[in-house]
Amino acid sequence: MAMLEFIPQLGRRTLQTVPGLGVASRFLLSSLLSVFNRHFSFQQLFRQIYGFGVRSLILMVVAAFFTGMVLGFQGYYALVRFGATSALGTLIALSLLRELGPVLTALLFAGRAGSALTAEISSMKATEQLSAMEMMAVNPLAWVVAPRLWAGIISVPILCAIFDLVGIFGGYLISVPVLGVDGGTFWAQMQSNVTFSGDILTGLFKALCFGVVVTWIAAWKGYTARPTAEGVGNATTLSVVTASLTVLGLDFILTALLFS
Amino acid sequence: MAAEALVELDNVRFARGSHPVLAGVDMHIPRGAIVALMGASGGGKTTMLNLMAGTLRPQSGQIRIAGQDLQKLSEDAMYGLRRQMGMLFQHSALFTDLSAFENVAFPLRRHFRLPENVLRKLVMMKLEAVGLRGAAGLFPAELSGGMGRRIALARAVVMDPMLIFYDEPFTGLDPISVGIIASLIKRLNTALGATSVLVSHDVQETFSIADYGFILAGGKIIAEGSPADLRASDSALARQFLGGQPDGPVPFHYPARQDYGAALRDRHAAGEVL
Repeated sequence: MAMLEFIPQLGRRTLQTVPGLGVASRFLLSSLLSVFNRHFSFQQLFRQIYGFGVRSLILMVVAAFFTGMVLGFQGYYALVRFGATSALGTLIALSLLRELGPVLTALLFAGRAGSALTAEISSMKATEQLSAMEMMAVNPLAWVVAPRLWAGIISVPILCAIFDLVGIFGGYLISVPVLGVDGGTFWAQMQSNVTFSGDILTGLFKALCFGVVVTWIAAWKGYTARPTAEGVGNATTLSVVTASLTVLGLDFILTALLFS
Repeated sequence: MAAEALVELDNVRFARGSHPVLAGVDMHIPRGAIVALMGASGGGKTTMLNLMAGTLRPQSGQIRIAGQDLQKLSEDAMYGLRRQMGMLFQHSALFTDLSAFENVAFPLRRHFRLPENVLRKLVMMKLEAVGLRGAAGLFPAELSGGMGRRIALARAVVMDPMLIFYDEPFTGLDPISVGIIASLIKRLNTALGATSVLVSHDVQETFSIADYGFILAGGKIIAEGSPADLRASDSALARQFLGGQPDGPVPFHYPARQDYGAALRDRHAAGEVL
């Protein structure tokens, strides 16, 4: 009986979700394309890059530094048993560049900037500011949504590059001065085992994909929030939860595709 | 209503899901008039404004503004037409991150490239017209409800629109502010040579400035005419609304969809509810 109820319910859920995805995709596409709309403003774009990117820097740098240091400790602990501490630099760099950098940057970005983006757009909707804009013949997708989407897409890969850099530096500080790994070997091993296109660029490509997904979800949740105080709160929570889970799921798919 | 109509609605129907909001509305709004659209809360008045502004589309029927059929307009043409419309929102809808001056300047900045001194003059003129030149530097959070509404009014008319919509302009304001807003609506309509559509359930204030009124109930226009005609209307529904009687054709008691008491007793008997 329970099984019989489950099947139509699954069908109903799917039928509800698929058109929703279609509408959300159209929203993303028309927002991104409204960069050509006369109401798109580069001044707004730079302001948003400052808000999302520059103001997330401290969080990213601190998180990256600690992540790198922990990687140094844990990597050393694992490698010293096999007398392979010379590979510590490679281990830290590859972990950060391929996985931890893009994923942690995207998760932190979803919490720091994605939530703010959802809250901002949904409360603009709740206070009729988006409708007012439309009545003034200004397309809210071009004026409000597009600069924020593009800012997220541009910021996340740059933040990820900074995350990688600071993380590796944190790992170095623990490995070489504290744990006594040879500095020359640390860097030389890293240099010979990390490739630019295979590791660095694919990692940044991942970050770019995460940037699109996180800002898309944040903007969409804000734009479709119910125009009430509760609606704004729900949308903000849902935005962070959905974006985080999507990043983790997408990371698996991208890793399987890019590094297989 | 012999004058040329600026806004025409022919047999407009609109439903939200399975719930019909408008069931065939015909309406002609003459150019230059202040027209009031009245009816009980939730009766579809704001929906009608949104339909006229093109932010909602009717399921059937025709809406024409200045002779243009809204359903046939492309999105670009719709945005073009909206540049000649202004709307005062019920909760002002001011941009909270911009000062009063920048709020009023917003449409001008987006649509025209004006030298800063010209823009300044235009914005200050509108702020002067609503009596808030001195509040130009204040932010929405620093304004009282009435002042916010006046700034929003200045913003709605800064592009000198031919058609101005007012969504509940008197709601939630003190009597002084209500009087100010009412006289501003009247003055601006004359000064700009515009046409105003006023959605309100504040009968006294609305009738003091309106040239013509429509009463909306059950998704249809049940009475129309000048304020004097409407007051003399023989429709029981119109009389109940204008007289503010608690009971009449619109019942005081909301009709129950099912007998809640009986349903509760059944659930209690089944042991579901303690």
